[in-house]
Amino acid sequence: MLVPTTTPSTTMLRLRDTWRLVTLNRKVSFGLAILAFFVLLAIFGPMFFPGDPNAFSPDILQPPSTAHWLGTTQTGQDVLTQLLWGTRFSLIMGFAIGISTMIISVIIGLVAGYFGGLIDEVLSLFTNVFLVLPTLPLAILLAAFAAYRGPLTIAIVLIVTGWSWGARVLRAQTLSMRNRDYVDAAKASGENSLHIIFFEILPNEISIVAAELLGTVIYVILAETGLEFLGLGDITSTSWGTMLYWAGNNDALMLGAWWWFLPPGLCIALLGAGLAFINFGIDEIANPRLRTEPKPKLAKRNKNREVAA
Amino acid sequence: MRHLLRRIGFYLVALWVSVTLNFLIPHLSPGNPAQALMSRLKGKVSPQAQHALEISLGVNHDPLWSQYLQYINNLLHGNLGVSITYLPTPVSQVIGQDLPWTLVLVGVALVISFVVGTVLGIIVVWWRGSFSDVVFTPFFTFLSAIPYFWLALVLLYILGSQLNWFPIHGGYDTDNTVPGFNLDFILSAAQYAILPAITIVIGSIAAWMLGMRNAMVTTLSEDYVMMAEAKGLPSWRVMFTYGARNAILPNITAFALSLGFVVSGSLLTEIVFSYPGIGFAILQAVDNLDYALLQGIFLVITVAVLGANFLADLLYVVLDPRVRIGRS
Repeated sequence: MLVPTTTPSTTMLRLRDTWRLVTLNRKVSFGLAILAFFVLLAIFGPMFFPGDPNAFSPDILQPPSTAHWLGTTQTGQDVLTQLLWGTRFSLIMGFAIGISTMIISVIIGLVAGYFGGLIDEVLSLFTNVFLVLPTLPLAILLAAFAAYRGPLTIAIVLIVTGWSWGARVLRAQTLSMRNRDYVDAAKASGENSLHIIFFEILPNEISIVAAELLGTVIYVILAETGLEFLGLGDITSTSWGTMLYWAGNNDALMLGAWWWFLPPGLCIALLGAGLAFINFGIDEIANPRLRTEPKPKLAKRNKNREVAA
Repeated sequence: MRHLLRRIGFYLVALWVSVTLNFLIPHLSPGNPAQALMSRLKGKVSPQAQHALEISLGVNHDPLWSQYLQYINNLLHGNLGVSITYLPTPVSQVIGQDLPWTLVLVGVALVISFVVGTVLGIIVVWWRGSFSDVVFTPFFTFLSAIPYFWLALVLLYILGSQLNWFPIHGGYDTDNTVPGFNLDFILSAAQYAILPAITIVIGSIAAWMLGMRNAMVTTLSEDYVMMAEAKGLPSWRVMFTYGARNAILPNITAFALSLGFVVSGSLLTEIVFSYPGIGFAILQAVDNLDYALLQGIFLVITVAVLGANFLADLLYVVLDPRVRIGRS
């Protein structure tokens, strides 16, 4: 085919390809829609409900009404305002910690996979040990001994306990990459190892990094909520986890205040499911066998006949 | 055999790392919160116990390596220090009381969720592309992202507090039964364990189901499966002895690797139900700054998880002839 002179630029083409991939797979588009919803909530939510999310008011333990759409807490705080500020906090924490964790995973995974030999043995052993150690008890131990309780402590704790899974996956992928022709070519032209690892191999693994990042963000949000629920975070901040901490500590359950503890958990589950959907969608794009679209009718009937025969 | 020895070596290293972490974390923490605690304790425990506590909390002035050796020595003698929450009970005794509850609850729930989840994964693949797959797979994806303790709160609220179907607090009927080997106690304990167990099953089942589904789909496109179909074997036989039998291997690996994660979720579940297990002891320890108890719990959970991993490894060797013969 002749290339017309008015070809869109390569950037445009890439954008269009990405867009097609995104809309091609129903799981990815569904997950992205959920993620976009929460990002919008985090950006604009606090604007529409300004004011201190922890401000007390005389309306104590009100069920949802027109004045308080999601009711109030035991000290009269508006649950919806808290939820929106919490969305902002949890989303920022989730992605900031997730990305930092992923950077460690990328460095360890790629270095181990590329160099092999003793370096690989040592780093793999290190990775596998951290993989089997139970994360939450370790995180609790670290957080309990920390000098101060707050977002930074949680970030460090979750990075220490969360990097191993991604590192393992990336190491395996790098092992299969390091003998490809383009790596040999880069070696032959005298590039140094670090350049090959991070500028030649890494761009080829970017889809795996993206998928692992989503998984890490899910882990971070779940673990962060768990730590805060235990009171190991900064309990004066407003996040989904601290909301559940206060709801639990003030017997929201016994008081029947379902509007207090239901929304934060539902948000976590929805956001987590959204991220998981994107992840499974990427899996399906990369591995067509996993796709669930029904097979064409005729082929399916033939197959059944084959099996029944 | 070589494979097994390698694995045993690996678990020994993992054990050593966790023991060392356990020792180093308090020693490296700035400001040392344990210092304040020791002054609170002076005179309340025996000098021996105080010395052991000083070593494990890092407020001793001996050189680090000598503290480390003493710490290891204490561990080998089963001496984990004294719990401040339950003064002057030794940590090992507190954990010994709580551990059986957690082991039974989490163990039973895990086995149920793994078996049911794996079977569900097979069934969904059997009906691939049909209604069940379209509904089940997204639903389980949603389930996989729910925090355990929130699920526990919701179940507790609906089934316990509102409908009154299940007891909402504790591990057994403390008023009418005596702990021990009698039918009343066992029935009561079982009744109290149902809701926490359901929580753990629902919370963890999605991972096994989705993992098994993906492994099955990949296995079913192998040539030997097509061969089996072409031979005219009944479809259940193709599914189970050709598909599932091969697909379960990666799922067992996944089971071993996510054990730590499931145990973490179970601990939070226990807290919500005030279940008298390890999870609840963690909450007590965090609230009371009971560092020795926290350290002991971390160690015990780690040993349990490493042990379970080893069992999964053994199972793998039994199931996979390639590993058994040593061609791995």
